[in-house]
Amino acid sequence: MTELAVFGGKQLVVLALIMPLLGALLAFTIGGRTARWIALLTALVELVVVVSLAWIVVDQQIVVEYQLGGWEPPLGVRLRADGATVLVLLTATVVMTATMISAHADWQPLPDQHETRAGLVFWTLLPALWAAFNTVLLSQDLFNLFVALEILTFCAVPLVCLNGKAETFAAALRYLLFALLGSVLYLLGAGLIYGLWGTLDIGLLALEISKLNRYPPALSLALGLMTAGLMAKTAIVPLHLWLPPAHAGAPAPVSAILSAVVVKAAFVVLLRLWFELMPGSADTMVAQTQGVLGGLAIVLGGVLALRQSRLKPMIAYSTIAQMGYLFLVFPLAGAASAWGAGLLHLCSHALAKAALFLAAGQIITHFGDDRIDHLAGLGHVMPLTLLAFGVAGFSLMGLPPTGGFVAKWWLLQAAIETGHWGWAVPILFGGLLTAGYVFRVLAVALRPAATPALAASTVPHTANAMILLLALSSLLLGLAALGTGLPPQ
Amino acid sequence: MVASTWFGLGAALIIGLSLFQVIINPEPLRKVLAFNLLGSAVFVLFGVLARRGGGRIDGVAFADPVPQALIITGLVVAFAATVLAVALVLRLLQAECATQDHDTECRIDD
Repeated sequence: MTELAVFGGKQLVVLALIMPLLGALLAFTIGGRTARWIALLTALVELVVVVSLAWIVVDQQIVVEYQLGGWEPPLGVRLRADGATVLVLLTATVVMTATMISAHADWQPLPDQHETRAGLVFWTLLPALWAAFNTVLLSQDLFNLFVALEILTFCAVPLVCLNGKAETFAAALRYLLFALLGSVLYLLGAGLIYGLWGTLDIGLLALEISKLNRYPPALSLALGLMTAGLMAKTAIVPLHLWLPPAHAGAPAPVSAILSAVVVKAAFVVLLRLWFELMPGSADTMVAQTQGVLGGLAIVLGGVLALRQSRLKPMIAYSTIAQMGYLFLVFPLAGAASAWGAGLLHLCSHALAKAALFLAAGQIITHFGDDRIDHLAGLGHVMPLTLLAFGVAGFSLMGLPPTGGFVAKWWLLQAAIETGHWGWAVPILFGGLLTAGYVFRVLAVALRPAATPALAASTVPHTANAMILLLALSSLLLGLAALGTGLPPQ
Repeated sequence: MVASTWFGLGAALIIGLSLFQVIINPEPLRKVLAFNLLGSAVFVLFGVLARRGGGRIDGVAFADPVPQALIITGLVVAFAATVLAVALVLRLLQAECATQDHDTECRIDD
């Protein structure tokens, strides 16, 4: 590996973890009105770090590795950034930065106040959450992943109940209990795996597992426990009950982060387990079960989203459905395009969902109503916000040329290539359901208002710009993926 | 049977019992307690793994230090989780009390 400049890839990998953590600590220590500026500055620095890291990895076609403290596995913890990691890292960075910028004016202290409680919590925990998510992406150590997932949960839960209403406390508690159960099951599995081979490093474990002719029962048990735990954290049906109240009840910028970034973390670990640790397990019972649950999630999430009368719960249920698509990757893993499809869907959903939640937040604040039937006249009052909502919705539906379209197209290709046509049914049917609930909103919003007195809205330009940026990124991601002209190997 | 086998079986039993409680008990505080027990049982299992991965140097038995390090980290995480969960239970109760009528008894000692 050739060092580019003062900072090589290794330093950038470490900086990508340290910067948000530093931001969180500084924001908490200094607090007051400075906290949000520290968080925003952190976001900009992190953006530069991650873009440089992505540039090095993609441009030089290398995998950047860093061993913490110079300790090699099996004892040491390895950080690793490859093309896939960098793509998700970049997506998360765009989502986090755009969300922070669009929320920069929220929870402002009054002139006689030093700081608001919600503001301090938001600007402290958001960078901390970011650090935890980046650790989940970069770490190659099963126990390190556990700690990172836990920190992610501990940051996400208080954000859910930021507005201090009784129902959001209940939602946060339920979320915490599901997440804790998930992580303790994961920890148990990781412990069993350590007992088998005396290491927690994913690379070394994959090497050991590839030597096996048949799997020991302890390995099957461990993987079963870890998979179940991680599925609880990704809110796959039937473990989805915690998600809608938590994601719909939280303030809109938090909902955007929870739905776009946080639920993806456990899925990234699942991808690690089933694609890196246990490659070639597409036809096993576990992979088939994951696929069936994913299919169920697509249908159930879609139908429930259609039945919601309010905007934010509808978007939250849509997250359940869209997470279902990700789980179709496991039974289709035999096809070359499945991995790329999963990755692309993860990223395009993250961008589109963040845009939808932020748009919903602006609609609630500036239109004053998020009942879907009452949105008439929205297109007149908030045209740009609605445009962003529409573009993001098209990506969820899978209209060409959005990221959602290319991801679903690749999934369909995988279903055809592996000969498992059945999986095409939930993919296509889910698209129809998504179209149903997105057009339901657009149809009402484009109608003229009953009372034409509504003035043009005062949505801040920065917020609108960020929401549009997220929605358009989801669109451009699809074009970029089509531009590469392949489902990647 | 060697001691580590007994400890392993004991840990498995407690994991089973506490997992059952975490899932079926509707009371949030009991769920949190059961989760703590579950965590402790997992740590006992880690202890068993440390013993099995150990050996003898000059006749003195030693245990694998890695699972012990994992236990210490795990304890910190479990403690943080418990604090957060209990704080949430308390705030939930306070918020519910605030919305209730005053004739129903609703007292929280901080």
